[in-house]
Amino acid sequence: MDISTYRADFPILQQAIKDKPLIYLDNAATTQKPQVVIDALVHYYTHANANVHRGVHALSERATHAYENARTTVKNFINAAHTEEIVFVRGTTEAINLVAQSYGRSHLQAGDEILLTELEHHANIVPWQLVCEQTGAKLRVIPINEAGEINLDDVIALINKRTKLLAVGHISNAIGTINPVEDMIKIAHANQVPVLVDGAQAAPHMPIDVQALDCDFYTLSGHKVFGPTGIGALYAKAQWLEKLPPYQGGGDMISSVSFEKSSYNRPPFKFEAGTPNIAGAIGFATALDYLTKVGVANTQAYEQELLAYATQALSEIPGLRIIGTAEHKASIISFVLDKIHPHDIGTILDSKGIAIRAGHHCAMPLMQHFKVSATARASLAFYNTRQEIDCLIRALYEVKEVFG
Amino acid sequence: MSDLRELYQEVIIDHNRNPRNFHKMQDANKYAEGYNPLCGDQLNLFLKIAEDVIQEVSFEGSGCAISTASASLMTEALKGKTIQQAEALFNTVHGLLTKDEATDWDRLGKLVVLAGVKEFPARVKCATLAWHTLHSALTNQVIAASTE
Repeated sequence: MDISTYRADFPILQQAIKDKPLIYLDNAATTQKPQVVIDALVHYYTHANANVHRGVHALSERATHAYENARTTVKNFINAAHTEEIVFVRGTTEAINLVAQSYGRSHLQAGDEILLTELEHHANIVPWQLVCEQTGAKLRVIPINEAGEINLDDVIALINKRTKLLAVGHISNAIGTINPVEDMIKIAHANQVPVLVDGAQAAPHMPIDVQALDCDFYTLSGHKVFGPTGIGALYAKAQWLEKLPPYQGGGDMISSVSFEKSSYNRPPFKFEAGTPNIAGAIGFATALDYLTKVGVANTQAYEQELLAYATQALSEIPGLRIIGTAEHKASIISFVLDKIHPHDIGTILDSKGIAIRAGHHCAMPLMQHFKVSATARASLAFYNTRQEIDCLIRALYEVKEVFG
Repeated sequence: MSDLRELYQEVIIDHNRNPRNFHKMQDANKYAEGYNPLCGDQLNLFLKIAEDVIQEVSFEGSGCAISTASASLMTEALKGKTIQQAEALFNTVHGLLTKDEATDWDRLGKLVVLAGVKEFPARVKCATLAWHTLHSALTNQVIAASTE
């Protein structure tokens, strides 16, 4: 892969920070946007802005067409069987809240169990806690080993007659573990338990095929995959979208309204109350098209090389400990260095133009597992280079110097 | 690097490495917890006050260099101060870190090293955590002090 041509697609990467070339290693927080995505937003507002599914005028038709085409693009990207199985939402957080509320309120009773893993992002914990409070259901947690991996025996041991749903992150945002979701889904389905996969971190790193996975729900965030913020998608098997009650009420999600009773629109519109993020959906689809053109298999292979290179180089720094050493990992590396607090590492790296994340990565239970309050995290995208990793390593030696 | 040296001055590095008064206090009569939910920095502050004067002060917890050094420097500065003086110091330091107004630098003594933090807006809350906790201990607030 010739990275320099792709880097040129991302205008933000061309700038200097603190008089140094920007080295952006915070891709698990959000990715940068290629020019085509920025152009798509400008083009939409310049030539097509109108409300969707309503007007009879030319612009409304144009906007509706672009918005619905975006849905088809998302469907193709994750190989869903039907376009109607794609619901546009604000992002993975809203997608999980939608399932937690719509599925939870209609299917959960006191004593039922929701199964999660110790690796989850707060967005795949707190929505379930909320619905547990409402219904009297309980959370059960699949533990991880010291490498940060799930053992399938634990999944088998924890699933029981009370289990009503398994919710699992495809890739851990904090430590990069790629979870064995195919096997977990097989185990769950053998026990008649539906499965939600939080795919926020997977979409930028690996090909996704929801039919091959056979998951019931899959969630995406546009901004994690080179698209705009404030847009994402929920995939749900058609029979779930038919069966589940609406999440929010409002315009567009109804077919008729009277003060006595309203009837709901068909899926996916039943779950899209109010004017959606039309420009966002178009930008999201443009980003997916862009990534498809670059080739997810190519970026995946390149990122794996970069991950191996960075892991090796980081491991050679005395006093550096990588948190999360799973056999199957995406290009997300969490670490601690001597007794230096990750925020101090982050500030010093920032002074050299290097952006990393420091903190608990919205995964406080996971931090507790590893007995750290925070980690420093470098998360790599396909536009990162070995030279950038070299700069990171040199800067970390300087961090050690400052703290003696 | 010059800005960075402002932030990580020797005094800060030293107080981070060897925080002063870093222990639990069994016979404290004022106590407060501080927590920065953004980064997880956490701090317990103990005060022994007699006749309106701070006799002993100590802290424990975990945090970055800035929050640890700020807490350590604060405990040194507080010993022997009256509650009123301590509150005044809280206001001065808080103002120094968060407001764009001229500060009476001389009154701050060693604490003046905290001024460097101002150039790093993302880190101001690290420096103010201990001081918010002090304010909370002195005003007897029951809930944990928070930087948010």
